[in-house]
Amino acid sequence: MAYYPTRLKTRQTYSWVGKPLLDHELRYHTYKEMSVKIEGGLTEIHIQVGQFVLIEGDDDENPYVAKLVELFEDDSLPHSKKRARVQWFIRFCEVPVSKRHLLGRKPAAQEIFWYDYPACNSNISAETIIDHVQVVALGPDEVIPVDLKNEQTLFVKLSWNEKTFRPLSPELFAEFDQPQEGSPRCQKPVGAKTKGLGSPTWTTAEHVIKRIESRHSNSKSRRTPSHPVTPKAKKKLELSSFPRTPSTRISQQNSGALLDSPGRSKRKVAFSEITSPTKRSQPDGLHTSSPALKAPQKTGEIQSSCAKEDKKASPDCHRILRTRVPALKTTEISEERTLTPLRGGRKSSAVPSMVLKPENIKKRETEEPEAQDETTSTPHRIRRKNSLLTMNRIRQQLRFLGNSKSDQEDDEFLPAAEISDSGSEEEETSTPPLARRTSSRVSKNLCSSVKSSFQTPSQTPQKTPKPSTPRHATPQIRSRNLAAQEPASMLEEARLRLHVSAVPESLPCREQEFQNIYNFVESKLLDRSGGCMYMSGVPGTGKTATVREVVRCLQQAAQANHVPPFQYIEVNGMKLTEPHQVYVQILQKLTGQKATANHAAELLAKRFLTRRSSPETTVLLVDELDLLWTQKQDVMYNLFDWPTHREARLVVLTIANTMDLPERIMMNRVSSRLGLTRMSFQPYTHSQLQQILVCRLKHVKAFEDDAIQLVARKVAALSGDARRCLDICRRATEICEFSCQKPDSPGLVTVAHLLQAVDEMFSSSYITAIKNSSVLEQSFLRAILAEFRRSGLEEATFQQVYSQHVALCRMEGLPYPTMSETMAVCSHLGSCRLLLVEPSRNDLLLRVRLNVSQDDVLYALKD
Amino acid sequence: MFHGFQFVKMSSRKSKSNNLIHAEYLSQVQRILRERFCHQSPHSNLFGVQVQYKHLIELLKRTAIHGESNSVLIIGPRGSGKTMLINHALKELMEVEEVSENVLQVHLNGLLQINDKIALKEITRQLNLENVVGDKVFGSFAENLSFLLEALKRGDRSSSCPVIFILDEFDLFAHHKNQTLLYNLFDISQSAQTPLAVIGLTCRLDILELLEKRVKSRFSHRQIHLMNSFGFPQYLKIFKEQLSLPAEFPDKIFTEKWNENVQCLTEDRSVREVLQKHFNVSKNLRSLHMLLMLALNRVTTSHPFVTAADLMEANQLCSMDSKANIVHGLSVLEICLIIAMKHLNDIYEEEPFNFQMVYNEFQKFVQRKAHSVYNFEKPVVMKAFEHLQQLELIRPMERTSVNTQREYQLMKLLLDNTQIMNALQKYPNCPTDVRQWATSSLSWL
Repeated sequence: MAYYPTRLKTRQTYSWVGKPLLDHELRYHTYKEMSVKIEGGLTEIHIQVGQFVLIEGDDDENPYVAKLVELFEDDSLPHSKKRARVQWFIRFCEVPVSKRHLLGRKPAAQEIFWYDYPACNSNISAETIIDHVQVVALGPDEVIPVDLKNEQTLFVKLSWNEKTFRPLSPELFAEFDQPQEGSPRCQKPVGAKTKGLGSPTWTTAEHVIKRIESRHSNSKSRRTPSHPVTPKAKKKLELSSFPRTPSTRISQQNSGALLDSPGRSKRKVAFSEITSPTKRSQPDGLHTSSPALKAPQKTGEIQSSCAKEDKKASPDCHRILRTRVPALKTTEISEERTLTPLRGGRKSSAVPSMVLKPENIKKRETEEPEAQDETTSTPHRIRRKNSLLTMNRIRQQLRFLGNSKSDQEDDEFLPAAEISDSGSEEEETSTPPLARRTSSRVSKNLCSSVKSSFQTPSQTPQKTPKPSTPRHATPQIRSRNLAAQEPASMLEEARLRLHVSAVPESLPCREQEFQNIYNFVESKLLDRSGGCMYMSGVPGTGKTATVREVVRCLQQAAQANHVPPFQYIEVNGMKLTEPHQVYVQILQKLTGQKATANHAAELLAKRFLTRRSSPETTVLLVDELDLLWTQKQDVMYNLFDWPTHREARLVVLTIANTMDLPERIMMNRVSSRLGLTRMSFQPYTHSQLQQILVCRLKHVKAFEDDAIQLVARKVAALSGDARRCLDICRRATEICEFSCQKPDSPGLVTVAHLLQAVDEMFSSSYITAIKNSSVLEQSFLRAILAEFRRSGLEEATFQQVYSQHVALCRMEGLPYPTMSETMAVCSHLGSCRLLLVEPSRNDLLLRVRLNVSQDDVLYALKD
Repeated sequence: MFHGFQFVKMSSRKSKSNNLIHAEYLSQVQRILRERFCHQSPHSNLFGVQVQYKHLIELLKRTAIHGESNSVLIIGPRGSGKTMLINHALKELMEVEEVSENVLQVHLNGLLQINDKIALKEITRQLNLENVVGDKVFGSFAENLSFLLEALKRGDRSSSCPVIFILDEFDLFAHHKNQTLLYNLFDISQSAQTPLAVIGLTCRLDILELLEKRVKSRFSHRQIHLMNSFGFPQYLKIFKEQLSLPAEFPDKIFTEKWNENVQCLTEDRSVREVLQKHFNVSKNLRSLHMLLMLALNRVTTSHPFVTAADLMEANQLCSMDSKANIVHGLSVLEICLIIAMKHLNDIYEEEPFNFQMVYNEFQKFVQRKAHSVYNFEKPVVMKAFEHLQQLELIRPMERTSVNTQREYQLMKLLLDNTQIMNALQKYPNCPTDVRQWATSSLSWL
């Protein structure tokens, strides 16, 4: 074969020929021609767009063949700013050995194949071009000339798409004569081709990344907002697994890919962030190599480009920008200020946003940009901490490489991407909205906010009053204009502490249960295995509170690196509309994805049953388990089946009220998977209740000791429900306050107050209701009693009671009651449920029963 | 009473001179009073519920001002002023300056929001949350639920705007599937989320038994009972207050006269009797309103003031037996059939009867004794029988099916003996022999 000089042997100088063409839209320069000067020799090769070229590869004898589609300059890359886009051809020797038989004949020596494989990178460094070559397309019937005189001529007859050989389509055939301008469809795998180009550290893994990314860039149709999660996650993964590669490629790819990927708002962020604050003299970073983009841009246009970029980019960028301020130290706040007015009032509807945020916040941002700094950056603090490490590492890398300016940019770019990836969840909740969108968008936001429930990202900006904000973008109740008053008196303070919602510092009387659950979950975390646990107990015995406390402690332990980090998810059967919705909720809280119930089930199964690269344990709390019961019990089955797989790393804690729930409602295969790790929460005893109250009222002296003991005993005797206990005490403080003459010093809550509160809450109101009913109603009740006594049954028809009633009225000297009046009385008593009556269409024949005991009625009617 | 009549005469003499002005006043009087009787305006005074009112208003204020979550049930029979109480409380609450801008209200009614799906949409709409566009709420049931829960969850005690939920016909919400809505509302009110005040209005005394145990545990067990615990003197006072004209009425002299007349009425013995009777039947203020409305309708220019007679008439209308009225309009043949049925009931001790039996009984009467009643043919009697069924004075025991012959379908009479006898006494032009037959089935012997 012919010998082609490659870079290894001689040095070549590459230079553009002709004026650059500026593409206004895409801001990079394209060229029509390039000249290659070989050092030493005087030969100068001119290569024009549309020509067929040879490109250096790992095989010197058989360099790669391609058709030059485009020449352009990309300043975002450190080494090879001169880029070319090509349409690859493939030699027979490059076809994988296993596929060669597909041709079905012996290939001619100079035969090459149109490479029709979209997943392959077509963007190469222009400096790898060696020479031009002549390529002749042949029709399917023509024979390849065996004339070997001109070795430089190659012949194309078939196309190869990694699966089959096909004859060239007529369009392609026609294209061979005119220079191509459209975006190429056929590319070559970069992996093999670009080896030994600029950077010597390329590994195969990188190629994987590249391939994935280029796939992204190719499948660039607009995605739904919920989509980008997956690719992002993937990218994050890969980036973090090779954080040390100074990969010019990656960033190049990224920039190309992301300009038209849906997540571009975020990426653009990274660009504008780099360019605008540092004020470089070249518009670097804006140059991208996306196939769809071409435009040369004059240098020194930063200002406008910044502005442009700014317009396009969502306000996210400023957010990120600010977040990174402390980390990068190069950005200056003054620069930001110059940016802010540009952004003011601009709504970038073109860029799909991940997140919505109350408009009011945005409005405020425009009004007071300075204040924004602190408020907006706070939510990122946590995430920043995480990403700081990665960024530092990358920056070290940078310095090590002795970077040029563009080099630095690339690396700055990377951490930014990293941030936006790793922190996408938090970011989503805190980035200002771009436009108010439909509910799907909103609920997307919702799910993301669930994850960040430990932070309250938007709290800070909301506390300050805003003049008029008619609409609120996030799922959020609007904030109050005036701050809530703080408790003024001792009783108010006590009331606040006694509210069920008040979280006590510790959970008294559940130490044993706490320890058991803690040990269980901790051991699973340490073992990196999964498991199920079932907790039962009547309402108000602290089941959920204990589990939450356990998780809180474990999270603290995880932060201190005592246990491996884990993800905590909570679902509640009562907060679902339907058992299968539990999949949707889990998936949303786990990954932020939104899917239908069936699809979510599949995704979850895939996630838990296959080996994952991020081996984080998931702790799932399923509250009100009994409501997840379905006919087939598939929901419960899945929930308990996943933890049994080693890869799942899932710890399921379930809570329900009945102790024998697994035996009562579950099939054997379900209850078997649930296992025997059970725990039952006994109702609180009076001493425990007393301890709970004392603990809550530790520093507040509002109750007499006897009073506390009384209420503890009362509640323990009734239900052992701690909520009841607290509610009674709360009511007692109110009664104490009302009954007191001097409002400023109400004194202690006494036994009498508590007794009154208990009475109010537990006494049956039937007797008072009867006592306060009208004369006719009372005599109707008497008539019922008389009729019951007469017939000896506990049920009577209205007609029978009516005749008794008439007789009674006559006896008591009351006016004769008409049927209509009596019927009205009867239905009135029925609506209060003093009586149980049939529907009134039965008229005279409707049957009447008492809902109160006869003794109670007699007692109430005594006087 | 005498005084009242004199007063009426005097005023009617006067009215001849300025009839027109009177007509205008009267229409105004009627408008004001009807408004008062029909609308539950929160401007009217509350009667006898001061303790409950104080409890409620303090509770609402604590929610609004301190951000304390609460739940309470207002329980009382129909017409005991539950809605009035809450409306009053909300009105007063909104007048507090620091509250008016700070509170969101959500009104739901169990009769309108018949399931949680509709209720959620309505809540979202009334809270004007983000997924509301115009008046439409987007998203599926599950999405709406998680959206709303998320919205409420993100708030906290001190910074979020408190929301007051008013659930009218609360017992109907307890019939929703799983009581999801109630669980979630009560759960939020018991956790450190957006401050909520959940106020349920119901007339069922057994409401707590309807709640599922988990829901019940989360409910704070506060109950405010409205029992109409007032006695007759207070009832009289209410009567007077309801009928009196307000001081803002344009014509002072007329107002004075009208109110003087009302005062006279309350002192009148026959009026007191009427009111006592009404009070005995029902303490419900709505029925009092109905009585006053009927009396008010009789006021005209020639009869410008309510009199005791008006009230008596109105009372009669109120306590009238509706079925007796229907019987008054029946034909003689139909009356005869009813009497035959009554006799059958007496003989067979309330056992059901069919047309044939009734016809036979009727035949016996016509053939042996009747002189005034024509012996109708069977199809004519059948027609009359069917008419009674249409009037629902008789009712088939089972559903009418194609197979059973109409003559033999078992029926029951929906009239009581006393009702029949009373109706007969008032029946116009009742033939003597029919009346005799009614008193005894053996009268012809």
